[in-house]
Amino acid sequence: MNFNTSVLISIVPALLIVRGLRRFLDLPVRMPRFNALLNHIWVPGVVLMGLAYLFEWKSDQLDEFYIFIVLSIVVLVLIRLSFYRPARTLLLAVAPYTLYAAIELLIAVTGRDLLKEYDDVFETSQGFAFIWLFTFLFIARSQKKSLEAERLQREEEEKAKRLIEAQNAELERLVAERTSTLTQQTEELREALTELRTTQAQLIQAEKMASLGELTAGIAHEIQNPLNFVTNFSDVSAELITELDEERQKSERDPELEAELLEDLRQNLTKITFHGQRAASIVRGMLEHSRASSGERQPTDLNVLADEYLRLAYHGLRAKNKAFNATMNTDFDPNLGQIEAVSQDLGRVLLNLFTNAFYAVHKKQEAHPQDGYVPTVSVRTHRTAENTVEVHVRDNGAGIPEGMQQKIFQPFFTTKPTGEGTGLGLSLSYDIVTKGHGGTLTVESEEGTGTEFIITLPA
Amino acid sequence: MKILVVDDEKDVRALFEQRFRREIRSGQFAFTFAYSGEEALDFLHAHPSEVVLILSDINMPGMSGLELLKRIRQEYAAPPPPLPPQVMMITAYGDEESHQQALQLGANDFLTKPVDFTALKAKLTSMASHEN
Repeated sequence: MNFNTSVLISIVPALLIVRGLRRFLDLPVRMPRFNALLNHIWVPGVVLMGLAYLFEWKSDQLDEFYIFIVLSIVVLVLIRLSFYRPARTLLLAVAPYTLYAAIELLIAVTGRDLLKEYDDVFETSQGFAFIWLFTFLFIARSQKKSLEAERLQREEEEKAKRLIEAQNAELERLVAERTSTLTQQTEELREALTELRTTQAQLIQAEKMASLGELTAGIAHEIQNPLNFVTNFSDVSAELITELDEERQKSERDPELEAELLEDLRQNLTKITFHGQRAASIVRGMLEHSRASSGERQPTDLNVLADEYLRLAYHGLRAKNKAFNATMNTDFDPNLGQIEAVSQDLGRVLLNLFTNAFYAVHKKQEAHPQDGYVPTVSVRTHRTAENTVEVHVRDNGAGIPEGMQQKIFQPFFTTKPTGEGTGLGLSLSYDIVTKGHGGTLTVESEEGTGTEFIITLPA
Repeated sequence: MKILVVDDEKDVRALFEQRFRREIRSGQFAFTFAYSGEEALDFLHAHPSEVVLILSDINMPGMSGLELLKRIRQEYAAPPPPLPPQVMMITAYGDEESHQQALQLGANDFLTKPVDFTALKAKLTSMASHEN
């Protein structure tokens, strides 16, 4: 029995080569099917051995032939993987040796003499092929390493990029969330603002109506007086006519008396007209006061306006408290002239200031009933050298403590008991004078002496 | 009979003068007018014991009718001479409080506006006849 055991021995390096190839080229990943086939690398060796045994063929070249087959398979694998640079380098490394092995095998099979004859050449070639092989193996290895490093770096970068993208997405989400919250808040604020505006408008209207309520009694009184005159003068005129008729029936008429009666009649009619107009103007003023302000400026006589509202305010308080009485002093500048103003609005300001003034003197009177205190409210108008007009509303009430003077123009600030004042009067007045008319509203007050409000308006 | 009318409304004068035309002509009544409490007091001081009756509005700026009434009652506190004038209060506010206050301060009568001149004339005529 003569086995070609050298083939069996050759299977071992073949397996090692396959193993190295697999690891170096990642074959299970790159070529899974071919990789599986490589498990059977021993098959050709065993087949060769089997054939040699069957044909009782003994050859020294059998192992070399097997190695050549293995090398060819390696070259085949490398060609298939030539897109991979280390594989190409590896191909370059293996090619000369494979070529050498092929030539050697071919020569050995055809003529052994040639081999012996050029023994040196062959040995040198083999040496070179080996050196070549190992050099390029080394190069391939370093190429692979650098490629690996590059890949790792790429992966790192990829990872970092993914991380940044994830963070970006998270940020986007947060921003979107925040934006939606903000949008919602804005919406809520807008709604609140709208609601506030509505409430403010309602409050202003309520304040207006409240002051109108205070006015009602004053207005009633102010209308009652002229109406009484209208009634009385009409009555008395009827009497005069009767008298005149009687006179004309007499045989001896008194022309002097007749003339006097006629003159009185004429006078009465003038008075009826005058008082009728007086009542009408008060009604008109009341309607104007209750109407929403048109905001239109018209030539306004502040003296007339101040006088009208002073009386209304006085009678308003009188209606609520019959025992109340106050001295009213007026000092109207005859050279005041007319100014462009929204008279309803300024009327409200004046009414508010007068009402406050009467309220103040009334409170002081209540507190000191026996001191001979004369409650006095004064109004003075006056045109300044700076071409502005001023309205001074002064009372000799208790005065406003200094700490409170800054607060009185704030909305809802009131010293009156709950239900008696809205706390909006002065704040609205302030707005009307400053924003509405480009003027100023200031206060000067001394505790125990009194308070003076000064409206200054451009003439 | 001399009557002092106190009212801040100046047209009251024309009204009274026409309403009492005949009485004035016949010399039954003589009217004087004051347009404020202060003015009324001044007149009273300048013409002592002339005025028999005072008709005063309550609601006037400055010295009110009630204040005037108080002052008159103080000044004529001591019994005669001179004989204290009668005082009638007239008010647009016919409220009970003012009424009580006026009576308490010594008002002889209390009228509400608008004044019923027929009734007033009757009252004045009866007073005049009493006086005579």
